[in-house]
Amino acid sequence: MAEALKVPTMAEYMAEGKKPEVLFWVGCAGSFDDRAKKITKAFVKLLHNAGVDFAVLGTEESCTGDPAKRAGNEFLFQMQAATNIEVLNGYEIKKIVTACPHCFNTIKNEYPALGGNYEVVHHTQFLKSLLEEGRLKVEGGKFKGKRITFHDPCYLGRGNGEYEAPRDLLRKLEVELIEMKKCKSEGLCCGAGGGQMFKEPEPGNKDVNIERTEQALEVKPEVIAAGCPFCNTMMTDGVKSKNQEDDIAVMDVAELIASAEDL
Amino acid sequence: MQIISQILFLLALVAGIWFFTRNVKRLIRNIKLGKEIDRTDRSGERWVKMSRIALGQSKMVKRPIAGILHVIVYVGFIIINIEVLEIIIDGLFGTHRILSFMGGFYNFLIGSFEILALLVFIGVIIFWTRRNISNIYRFLSRELKGWPKNDANYILYFEMVLMLLFLVMNATDYQLQLNGVAHYSQEAGVVGAFPVSQFLLPIFDGMANATLIIIERAAWWLHILGILIFLNYLYYSKHLHILLAFPNVYYSKLQPKGEMDNLEAVTNEVKLMMDPDADPFAAPAEDEGDAAEPEKFGASDVMDLNRVQLLNAYTCTECGRCTSECPANLTGKKLSPRKIMMDTRDRVEEIGEIINKNGKFEDDGKQLLDDYILREELWACTTCNACVEACPIGIDPLSIILDMRRYLVMEESAAPNELGISMTNIENNGAPWPYNQQDRLNWANEN
Repeated sequence: MAEALKVPTMAEYMAEGKKPEVLFWVGCAGSFDDRAKKITKAFVKLLHNAGVDFAVLGTEESCTGDPAKRAGNEFLFQMQAATNIEVLNGYEIKKIVTACPHCFNTIKNEYPALGGNYEVVHHTQFLKSLLEEGRLKVEGGKFKGKRITFHDPCYLGRGNGEYEAPRDLLRKLEVELIEMKKCKSEGLCCGAGGGQMFKEPEPGNKDVNIERTEQALEVKPEVIAAGCPFCNTMMTDGVKSKNQEDDIAVMDVAELIASAEDL
Repeated sequence: MQIISQILFLLALVAGIWFFTRNVKRLIRNIKLGKEIDRTDRSGERWVKMSRIALGQSKMVKRPIAGILHVIVYVGFIIINIEVLEIIIDGLFGTHRILSFMGGFYNFLIGSFEILALLVFIGVIIFWTRRNISNIYRFLSRELKGWPKNDANYILYFEMVLMLLFLVMNATDYQLQLNGVAHYSQEAGVVGAFPVSQFLLPIFDGMANATLIIIERAAWWLHILGILIFLNYLYYSKHLHILLAFPNVYYSKLQPKGEMDNLEAVTNEVKLMMDPDADPFAAPAEDEGDAAEPEKFGASDVMDLNRVQLLNAYTCTECGRCTSECPANLTGKKLSPRKIMMDTRDRVEEIGEIINKNGKFEDDGKQLLDDYILREELWACTTCNACVEACPIGIDPLSIILDMRRYLVMEESAAPNELGISMTNIENNGAPWPYNQQDRLNWANEN
C-alpha cells in the first residue's frame, strides 16, 4: 500500500488541454472524514480498474450547500451553489459522479435552476453502467453467499427513486441479499440528514441510528451495506453501540466490490 | 300534505347547498391567504397522478387492512350517492322511485347499493374498533386528544347511521310495495332489489301500513337530511379530504422528492452580491413602489406559506401514516408531521375567524411558529421524506418544516448552536467541519 493513488485534478487536465470522461465529486465527507476517505479510495481504485478517465476538483471543490439548505440557510446554500457552478462551468463539466447521495441530489436537482446543468449520477449507478458496458468485472469474490442487507440512503432512494442500482451490484457479488422490514421507499432514515449530522438530537427516547441499526440486526446480516458516507457513520456507530462491531461490518457498496476483487 | 313535504324538502336542500357554498367560499378565501405558487405545469402528468393516487387510491393499499377497508367505504360512498340523485328528484316532485323505469338495471343498482351499504357499515365498525379499542400507534398520539379524536368518531357514527337509515328505508319501502300500498306499489310489481334489507323485514312483521309509512318516511327524511348535514360538517372536519384529496394530489410536487425549491428572493440577492458591476449604493428602482419592503425569508405564520401548503393542511385527514413513519417521532422526539399539518390548519382557521368577524385580518399577537409549532419540533426533522412518501394523498409536511427553518435561520439566526458552527465552517472553509479547503485532496496521498 506504499504507492499513493493517482488522482488527477481538473486543473491538471486543463493544463494538458484534456477533458475527462467524468468528474468525480468527492464531497466533504469523502475528503475529510477518516471513514469516508476509505470509500473514496475504494471508488477511485474501481475507476482505475475500469479504465475510467476521471478527474477531481481537489482544492477547488467546496461544500454543495446541502446541509445549509436543509437547515434553512438558503442564503449560504445559494452562495455555495453559485461558487461551485462557476468552477464547474469554467471547466465545462458535462458529467459528474459522486459517492455522496446528498451531493448527488443537490447538484442534480437544485443546481440546474441556478445555472448548473450536468448529468449527475450516484456512484452505484455509475458502477452499474460500467458493469453493463463490460468495463468493470464483478463476480462472486469473498462476499459470495454472505448475508448482506442494504440500507437505503434517503436522498438516493426516496429522494430520487434509485433503489435498484446498489442492489444490482450486490447481486453481482452473489451475496445473499436480505431486506430489512423497512426498505426501499419505506426505508428508515439513519438520522443524519437535514443537518442532524452536525448537531445533537432533540430530546427523545432513542437515537434514530440505534432504531435503524436494530432493524438491520433483526435480519442478522454479516455486512450492512451503505451507499452514503453519513449513513455509513451512523450505522457504524449503531453497530458499535450494540457491541457487534466484531461480527457485523458496515461497508459502502464500492468498498464491497473493491474488496471482493482484492483491489 | 304532499305539497308541504315537497316545499320543506326544497327549503332543506336550498339551505344545505347555500351553507355549503358559503363554507367553500371561506375555504377558498383562507387558502388564498397563502402565497401564489405555480403548479399548473405538466398538466398531463398531474391528471395521471390524480387518477392513480386520489381516484385509484393506489397509496391507500400500501397498508392492506386500512387500505382495503378504506377502498370499500370510498367506493360505497361514491356509488351509493348515485341514489341521492333519485332521492332529491323524489323529494322535489313527490314521486316514488322515479328512476325505476330503468327496470332490471334499476334493480341491479339498488341491489348493489344495498350490498355496498352493508360493506360500508361493517368497514366503518372495524374502523371504529381500530381507533378506539386496538392499540394502533398512530391513533394514540397526543395531537389526537380531544376534538380530533371526537371528530374521527363523529364521522364514523354519521356513516353508520346513514347506512342504517338507507337500509331501513329500503326495507319498509319493500314491505309497503309488497303490501300494495298506494304511492309505493307500481303496476310493474316490486321495483328495486333488496338483497340486504329483505332480512330486516321480520322486524316490521305485522305492522300496520300507516306505521310502516311513518318509519319509511322518517328513515327517508333522516337519511337525506343527514347527508345534507354531513356535507356541511365537512368544512369543520378532517373529513374535508373526500373533496380536497383530488385537487391536493393534482397540485402536489412532481419533481424528485429530494429536490427542494430555491428561494428566488435569495437568488436575486446572491446574484447582486456576485455581480462585480453591481452598485451597492444604487437607489432602489422607481417602479418597485410599495413592494420596496424586502421580502421575508421563510415562514413564521401561515401567510408566509404558499397556497398548496395551505391546501395540504385542509386536506389532511389526520390518518397519521406520516407520523408513524417519521424517524424523529419513532424515537420519541416531539416532531409529528401530522401535527405540523393540523397546526397549520388550526392557525389558518383562527385567522379566517378573525376575518369573518372584522372583515379583514388584524394582528392577534399570535403566529404559527411558537404558538402552534415548536422550534424543537422543527429541528428534529431529518428531511428524509418518509412523511411525504407515506401520505396517501400527496401532502408535503416537509416543505412547511423547511420554510419555517428558513425563517429561524435567515430572519432570526436561531439555528441550534452546533448547526450554526457547521454553517460558519461551510462559509469559511467550504466544509461543515473546520478543515482547510487546501487540504481537500490530502486523502489521495494518505495510506
